[in-house]
Amino acid sequence: MGLEARLKQDGFFTSTVDALVAWARKSSVWPMPMGISCCAIEMMASGDPKYDIARFGSEVMRFTPRQSDCMIVAGTVTYKMSHVVKKIYDQMPDPKWVIAMGACTSSGGMYRSYSVVQGIDQFMPVDIYLAGCPPRPDNLLNALMQIQEKIGRTKARDFGDNPLPQLPVIQNN
Amino acid sequence: MDLKELISQKLKAQFPEVDFEITDYKDQTAITFDRKNIVGVCSFLKKDNDLQFMLCEDITAIDWASLPAGRHGRKNRFTVVYHIFSLKLNSRLRLKSDIDESDLSADKAGCNIDSVSSVWKTADWHERETYDMYGINFNNHPDLRRMYMPEEFEYHPLRKDFPLMGIPGSLPLPKK
Repeated sequence: MGLEARLKQDGFFTSTVDALVAWARKSSVWPMPMGISCCAIEMMASGDPKYDIARFGSEVMRFTPRQSDCMIVAGTVTYKMSHVVKKIYDQMPDPKWVIAMGACTSSGGMYRSYSVVQGIDQFMPVDIYLAGCPPRPDNLLNALMQIQEKIGRTKARDFGDNPLPQLPVIQNN
Repeated sequence: MDLKELISQKLKAQFPEVDFEITDYKDQTAITFDRKNIVGVCSFLKKDNDLQFMLCEDITAIDWASLPAGRHGRKNRFTVVYHIFSLKLNSRLRLKSDIDESDLSADKAGCNIDSVSSVWKTADWHERETYDMYGINFNNHPDLRRMYMPEEFEYHPLRKDFPLMGIPGSLPLPKK
């Protein structure tokens, strides 16, 4: 990183807390893999040694929303599934980001039909829309880099203590 | 004796009062008959020693979308189709039964046919799917709930009068 070379001289460096926190956040974006259909295969491929999402600090796919920063919604979201996606999104701690991976997630894609939500932005916020059907792994890495760029521009105070969202009561069904 | 003749003879001997219309299409045999006899005919085809149609492969329906005036020359709007397979004869058979236009009302009493889940256990879920998609009620079904669509959904998506993009607001989205 070149950091060691600088530390050799005086043993310290100066920065702002904002820059440091943003740097730490963007270098370890832990994804929540919301793999619903075929995009999930490409998402898995992006973790393999050929594409190696670990180069961007995102190799820790967390299968619990409570430990993740970025939800990769990879696949067709039906109306029935939308409640599950939203429930998991609500459980992620702030700050959090969302990648809408692929055509289905972004706009319904080729499923122009009664059962598929025509874009997940109808019920949750989206940071990056990722084109492709399914997108190649390098395309997902590009989306991740854009998320990192976005996180790099944030300041620590952008994420004040928001009131907790009202979580839906889970009915016993 | 080929399959068509065998089945034709057997059915006519067993059910002399029922009209069977036996047709061939691309080497596939289909039998059309009145829906009142569906359970009797199915259990006969399954239990007869020479036929043994043990396996119910699929149950589905056709919506002919015929208008009340019968523009397409059809009296019935729906046809329920059963695909069954005999391991003994190594052959398939298609059963068809019409549901008349006069039975079209949406309530349970109208659009209905007897369930064959007492004959083939696997018919249970096939019939639930057909109910979900076409709104055909299967009498005496043990558990006639929707298969794919949410319980509170009011429509039947594969009916021809159902719009492709659905009824706006009929499927709830989570709050933003």
